[in-house]
Amino acid sequence: MRLADARALCPEIAVRPSDPAGDLAFLESLAVWAQRWGPWSALDPPDGLVIDVTGAAHLFGGEEALLGDAARALARRGLAARLAIAPTAGAAWALAHHGPAQAILGPEDDAARCLGELPVAALRLDDDVLLLLRRLGLKRLGDLSGIERPALARRFRNRRSAAANPLIRLDQLLGVVPEPLLPVIEHHAPLAQRRLLEPIRHRELLDRVVADLAEDIARMLEGLAQGARRLELGLWKVDGEVVIRRLEMAAATRDPAHIVRLFAAKLDDIDAGFGVELVRLRAPWTQPLALSQRDFEAAAEDHGTSLAACIDRIAVRLGEAAVRCPVAHPSHIPERAQRWRAPLEPPPPSQGELAFHNRPLKLLDRAEPIAVLYATPDGLPRRFRWRGRVHEVARAEGPERIAPEWWRERSGVRLRDYYRIEDNEGRRYWIYRNGLAGDGRGGAPEWFLQGLCA
Amino acid sequence: MNTDAISSHPLVSRGFAAGLGGGASQWRPGLGAAVRHSEIFSPADEASGAGAALALALDQADADHAERPWLWIQDKAARRLGGRPYRPGLPAALRHRLIHVAADKPEDALFALEEGLRCRDLAFVVGEIAGNPRALGLTASRRLSLAAEKHGTPLWLIRLDAARDLGSARMRWEVRSAPSPRPPWNAAAPGIPSWSAELFRAHTHQPGHWILRDDAPLAAESAAPPHPGDLVRAAGDRSLALNRTSA
Repeated sequence: MRLADARALCPEIAVRPSDPAGDLAFLESLAVWAQRWGPWSALDPPDGLVIDVTGAAHLFGGEEALLGDAARALARRGLAARLAIAPTAGAAWALAHHGPAQAILGPEDDAARCLGELPVAALRLDDDVLLLLRRLGLKRLGDLSGIERPALARRFRNRRSAAANPLIRLDQLLGVVPEPLLPVIEHHAPLAQRRLLEPIRHRELLDRVVADLAEDIARMLEGLAQGARRLELGLWKVDGEVVIRRLEMAAATRDPAHIVRLFAAKLDDIDAGFGVELVRLRAPWTQPLALSQRDFEAAAEDHGTSLAACIDRIAVRLGEAAVRCPVAHPSHIPERAQRWRAPLEPPPPSQGELAFHNRPLKLLDRAEPIAVLYATPDGLPRRFRWRGRVHEVARAEGPERIAPEWWRERSGVRLRDYYRIEDNEGRRYWIYRNGLAGDGRGGAPEWFLQGLCA
Repeated sequence: MNTDAISSHPLVSRGFAAGLGGGASQWRPGLGAAVRHSEIFSPADEASGAGAALALALDQADADHAERPWLWIQDKAARRLGGRPYRPGLPAALRHRLIHVAADKPEDALFALEEGLRCRDLAFVVGEIAGNPRALGLTASRRLSLAAEKHGTPLWLIRLDAARDLGSARMRWEVRSAPSPRPPWNAAAPGIPSWSAELFRAHTHQPGHWILRDDAPLAAESAAPPHPGDLVRAAGDRSLALNRTSA
């Protein structure tokens, strides 16, 4: 039903935009909060939580009291919840979704008998499997145990995933096979902050505060044996506005002087307004970094900087995309045989290059059209004009024919015949003829100059 | 102040001190890393400057710098005129270690060059700047020379389509493409890269003119006639009092 139809039926309907990512984030934070009732918890998207309360119920005065406590705590936060406790996650899910309110299944109860009256939807199955079971006339869990197990196993013999096979789900529910769950683990980003007694409006004071924060967070990261890859500097202004500056480093670091230096370039355009009253530095992304001898700025001055620091300094001024490293890419097309990626990453696996291919030292960003005098239809070039100058071709090698990649190009793309040439003054170029005369893919072939040879 | 006192000074390179002593020798390939800052002037519509810079850098490279990365910094005009480095065409010893920096303005390129020279993990730095930008004056050139000599990182600065302005480079070359030797298996094909290289200003060596061939290792043959007869060559940077029997 569309929204307009729904509004026509019920004009006072309340509408909210759907936010699945926000819902998942909320569920994650709720899962962390729910660890007050048990040592670990797992997500059951889109709207469920599984909490392991094994051996923890007596802390709340028994299982009924635990459920009551959870129901009150959730209701106080405006959340409607259905709760159940059972020996397995599958049984607890079935009771919470289809059983009575706040049901408790003890370890000595007969699970197969107690849960026999629940519908088969309690098995967490896919919709098409539920439809199939309903067509087979199997409506309750008890109906499944009334059938010979080999008959059901034969029926679902090629369903490997648990959500498509009712027998696996039934075994999980009864605790016959294990069901591993992925626990949610809270992760604290290292954080340092300074509340300022007097709002600051000047750059020198802000630099002082940032230097103090960098010292703090470096000490914190050192304690964790971690280095920061990404840092966020938040400035809370008096008028309530928040300015965030982010920084990403090429390698994990916790050198305060380096952090201060990188942030200095990012703080130039900040308008302090009536003043900044709170400065906070967070490291949302950290990586393990072993302890090492401290690199003093004097040492960098005397013995030079490390490669990662050099790349960071260049990237902060010129932008992340300016510092790149070429890697080979599996393609025959010359401009596609090379890709650019960030430096300091491990090189991707690649095939060895063919040694008999002579490639130019430099490749133009776009091949430039040239006017060529050549022996038609496919002879060697004799003379060409490029950028207003006429070059007499003294020597040429070719053609090296490179066909278009038919599996990714459209059918009208023409093949290329590459020639390595040297003109009468010794300048060496790499040129190609785009297409053949009479190949049915356009008019007369055009020539392009693509590379400059050393 | 004698030669020993000068050569013990940390900012003066070994070859420079040797040149002061009066024994200004001819340059030849394989002399080793005596010079940290070289400029190569070359036309923008050929890759001779970059090719010669890489060949000279490989020729000078120490064995203990063998597996270090190197920087290639280009400004926007240089990228537009001459294109970007192409990995399959680079020398096999260098292609997997390249870090390319695409600067927009010459000022940014100079900043990146200086940061690269200060880095202790780089084998060498290649810069490519087109024309004669205002930012690349004598002061900027001097900064680069000092940084290169302080940290010992060689710098090869390629000047595309540039006039020979003031600069403090220790060696200044003018490089153009030269006809290559004919390959033995296909005489009609272009051969190994060859350049006509003129060393027109050097602190440590006499000026000269060579045909360089990237024959792995670099080979050089003198292009100028060994005895210019009764014609006097331009003085250049040489001392006129020098006894030039070795030339």
